[in-house]
Amino acid sequence: MNEVKTFRLDGVDIEFSEGDTIMDAALRAGAYIPHLCHNPEFTPHGSCRVCIVEVNGGQVSACTQPAAAGLEVDNASEAIVEERRNLLQMLFVEGNHMCPGCEKSGACQLQAVAYYTGMLSPHYTHFFPQRSVDASHPDTAIDFNRCILCELCVRASRDVDHKNVFSLRGRGIDTQLTINSPSGKLGDSTFAATDKAAHVCPVGAILPKHRGYEQPIGNRLYDRQPISVVGDVAAYEPGNKGDGHD
Amino acid sequence: MTHDEIIKTIIASSGTSPDVQRQQLLQYLCQIQHDLSHIPGHAITQLADLMQMPEAEIHGVIDFYSFLHKDARGEYDILLSDSITDHMLGSRTLLQQLCNRLGVEPGVPRSDGRVTVDTTSCTGLCDQGPAMLVNGTAVSRLGDSRIEQICALIEAGTGISQWPAEFFEIEDNILRRDLLLADETTAASADGSALRALIASSSDALLDVIEQSGLRGRGGAGFRTGMKWRFCKQAESDSHYVVCNADEGEPGTFKDRVLLNSYADSVFEGMTLCAGIIGAQRGYLYLRGEYRYLLEPLQAVLQQRRDNGLLGQGILGKNGFDFDIEIHLGAGAYICGEESSLIESLEGKRGIPRKRPPFPVTLGYLNKPTVVNNVETFMAAAKIAALGADWYCAAGTPESSGTKLLSISGDCERPGIYEYPFGVTIKQVLEDCGATNTQAVQIAGAAGTTLPVADADRTIAFEDVSTAGSIMVFNNERNLLDMVQNFAQFFVHESCGFCTPCRVGGSLLKDLVEKLVNGHATQYDVAEMKQIGALMQGTSFCGLGTTAANPVLDLLNRFPQLVEEQLAHSGYEPAFDLDDSLQEARDITGRDDAGAHIGSHT
Repeated sequence: MNEVKTFRLDGVDIEFSEGDTIMDAALRAGAYIPHLCHNPEFTPHGSCRVCIVEVNGGQVSACTQPAAAGLEVDNASEAIVEERRNLLQMLFVEGNHMCPGCEKSGACQLQAVAYYTGMLSPHYTHFFPQRSVDASHPDTAIDFNRCILCELCVRASRDVDHKNVFSLRGRGIDTQLTINSPSGKLGDSTFAATDKAAHVCPVGAILPKHRGYEQPIGNRLYDRQPISVVGDVAAYEPGNKGDGHD
Repeated sequence: MTHDEIIKTIIASSGTSPDVQRQQLLQYLCQIQHDLSHIPGHAITQLADLMQMPEAEIHGVIDFYSFLHKDARGEYDILLSDSITDHMLGSRTLLQQLCNRLGVEPGVPRSDGRVTVDTTSCTGLCDQGPAMLVNGTAVSRLGDSRIEQICALIEAGTGISQWPAEFFEIEDNILRRDLLLADETTAASADGSALRALIASSSDALLDVIEQSGLRGRGGAGFRTGMKWRFCKQAESDSHYVVCNADEGEPGTFKDRVLLNSYADSVFEGMTLCAGIIGAQRGYLYLRGEYRYLLEPLQAVLQQRRDNGLLGQGILGKNGFDFDIEIHLGAGAYICGEESSLIESLEGKRGIPRKRPPFPVTLGYLNKPTVVNNVETFMAAAKIAALGADWYCAAGTPESSGTKLLSISGDCERPGIYEYPFGVTIKQVLEDCGATNTQAVQIAGAAGTTLPVADADRTIAFEDVSTAGSIMVFNNERNLLDMVQNFAQFFVHESCGFCTPCRVGGSLLKDLVEKLVNGHATQYDVAEMKQIGALMQGTSFCGLGTTAANPVLDLLNRFPQLVEEQLAHSGYEPAFDLDDSLQEARDITGRDDAGAHIGSHT
């Protein structure tokens, strides 16, 4: 029996197959649900909570919730958008996100989703954590100030590169990204700029060296169109699906 | 033995393949910590080589658990219980006394390596506090003289085994018995009667009995036990597992400690019954690190059951009824009481909750169908199998059959364990435990609900006020803000850090509560707390995050007059103290005159 199954996302019927999450089906249908820790190439994580949607009166993360026939999914009510905005504001104050001085500005998913949800200021009290920058690797730099703990680099290094270069340590608010090498430095690890892990960071935490500010502001990924149209930054990385480089 | 030899012995003790050894990682780390008072760098390197895993991941596991340390602790490692009920019994003063007398700062080993003094989340001794752990062993009823004696013993270098036995006396304090605790001896439930009932009929028939009894999970969530077991039984797999959640971390709860101390046989019987029904051959009891002192007695009970044919191959002579139980230790992480975090921890990893669905009944331990139940649930199931569903349903309410064990502490004359039929009023409970002049009752721990005494007509039941057992009583002299602040700090300490709202929201909330306690908060901050709290409730990944804001929200919503009295009556107060922020500049310039200050809040 090949009956097409659907659920409704903001009043629009979305088709899905057995095993799809709400996010899988929405992405395939070209419907945008804001997200940060989700990347369709990896196992869903559900940690950033930005893809929160309301389903039959309860709130779930679209990236982890299995699609089911007849669900009524609310992705756009002011209440949902406000929650997302607050979650993003929390991410902004937790780290040190100085957009004007960041190479990733304009092509940063955190920034783009924040614009999309109408975030005008970080609102909460800044944590201003003391974090470091690791420039020990010849081709790639890591600025821990901008890490949002999405674990995409952890997943890519483990599941695709089979190198386990990244992992998390600490607990709670002290959780931090860490590098698996004797010195704890990236340059001392097996990481290579060609690794998948080098091309999945949704923010400006993992950046290629030697090619700063190639794209002028105004021509960057999210400068002309919103993220709902452009999609994830990772999809525009060289070699990745939907390579957006000219 | 040298450190290296100890580490080698521990590593050699179990497991053959790296995969199997990785599941034991947390257990190895607990043992190394216990034997060497820390986990030295070379142990981490050895473990990483052996298990073929990155050292960074082992560091990640060590960091996750409060009881594991990379730097040596003192020869005597003292952890004072930091629960609000310990505070109410004077623990903060005792901490100060201990530190002064021993000449240490909290958390920093003394320079001669003799002693460390630190605090830890609730140790489950609220009815006989203030309490502490010394090298993992509990000491109850601390007071001036006991602290003085302890300091003298430490200075003299007296081994803990030589300390006065009364220091370590932990009482059960069972003050009301009902269905479960009716027989005062453990022998009555050690005879395998539930297992005989199972063998005499069939696993389907016994599962029906559990379902008919209406038994619901006693860990707080109240899921129907029979339904959980049926789902697990129906999940097709080459192996199934039974896990007993003895990670009793909710502040103010201590009934599982008592059950494990005096009724362990019944608990293991319930686990074995479950195994017989769902077809499991292996079970685990996940014991919180704070109860490490129960490990050896529990292992003795397991051995006795093996000797009596109640565990092992061919239980009670029935061919094919094979089941055994292993005890795994936790290491100071409240989140591991959440069943999917507990499973991660059992697998030797950081206790980060898993996404649900899939639920453990289909994909649990090692991704096999797994039943995870609370200590009390297994004990109740064993009794129901032996005595029948009707016997159990005779007590309680239609929605909440049977009885509930309550752990009562705080401002009352008779703290301890009380077993009541479901449906009992809070008023009755307060009367029985000798609570007078009561202001509020905190039900179900830090994650629970704060009820003003005016609500004492409400009942303990899944359909009214649900609890895993914690009841903390606060009289009119207490400042409820102290409780709320203690809980807000607790949740920041215990958040696993996985999801944004709990990790960041919890910290923001803690700071705002501090601002309120210090008298600097305004209506704006109250609105902020409500908004952050609602966000945590609505969007957090697991039950810890969704409940962590409860004490703050209950305070704001149910005790508005307390909050109002505490507010600074200006429209807006900054999150930081302006004058305080100038201190660094004053230090640098060496100025401290009036012109170098901004009018302070006080």
